[in-house]
Amino acid sequence: MRLEYFELVDKIEELNLAEGRILVRGNVPAASPVFEGHFPGHPLVPGVLFVEFMAQASGWLLLGRLNFERMAFLASVKEAKMRNFVQPDTPLLAEAKIEHEGSGYGITNCKVMKQDGTPVADATITLRIMPFPSSEFSDAMRARARKVGFTIPA
Amino acid sequence: MASTFDTVANIIAETCDIPREQITPESHAIDDLGIDSLDFLDIAFAIDKAFGIKLPLEQWTAEVNEGKATTEQYFVLKNLAERIDGLVAAKGA
Repeated sequence: MRLEYFELVDKIEELNLAEGRILVRGNVPAASPVFEGHFPGHPLVPGVLFVEFMAQASGWLLLGRLNFERMAFLASVKEAKMRNFVQPDTPLLAEAKIEHEGSGYGITNCKVMKQDGTPVADATITLRIMPFPSSEFSDAMRARARKVGFTIPA
Repeated sequence: MASTFDTVANIIAETCDIPREQITPESHAIDDLGIDSLDFLDIAFAIDKAFGIKLPLEQWTAEVNEGKATTEQYFVLKNLAERIDGLVAAKGA
């Protein structure tokens, strides 16, 4: 994870497009400017970053289902719960499962957990599906996808 | 059995916290009830689930944006209910 760049997904561990499920990994770094403020002398990963982690996992899942032809943007977060604190230097996993794929939007049920399965956070996420606003953005997302281990169809 | 309109009106009332009595077949979801596109996603999800269909929101939006249709055709609730009935019938055909 590069927290200050909002690059939270390091690697796609499991992806089943037919079943609509993804499992991603993100390793919380040992040091980050984020921890200087959250909190001084008591570093903890901010809860909003767990929400973002779940949204990014959901986004990769939907992008895969869309064959990278359109982009998924976070639209709403429901029933978000932060269940445990996470300190620096902690590997995390995020799982997202498709609850519903509508016309122009997708809804996923997500959870974040530690490697031993300890629950960290969960939420229901809605993403709005829209055309990529530019080809540069689309190309950048494809490049990022390859970095996290996505196999993109030609 | 509740009519399609009643089901949709109940969904809107619950999702958007609008008094049920304010929602009539003539109500325009956007102009009269003030429902924005984000709230309409929640409504679409509930409608999709309730009727086992997929409201073609993207197609409708494109038609409105291209001037091929008016928002009244899709977002006045009696018209929306009629579209839902059509989608349900097409699914069963």
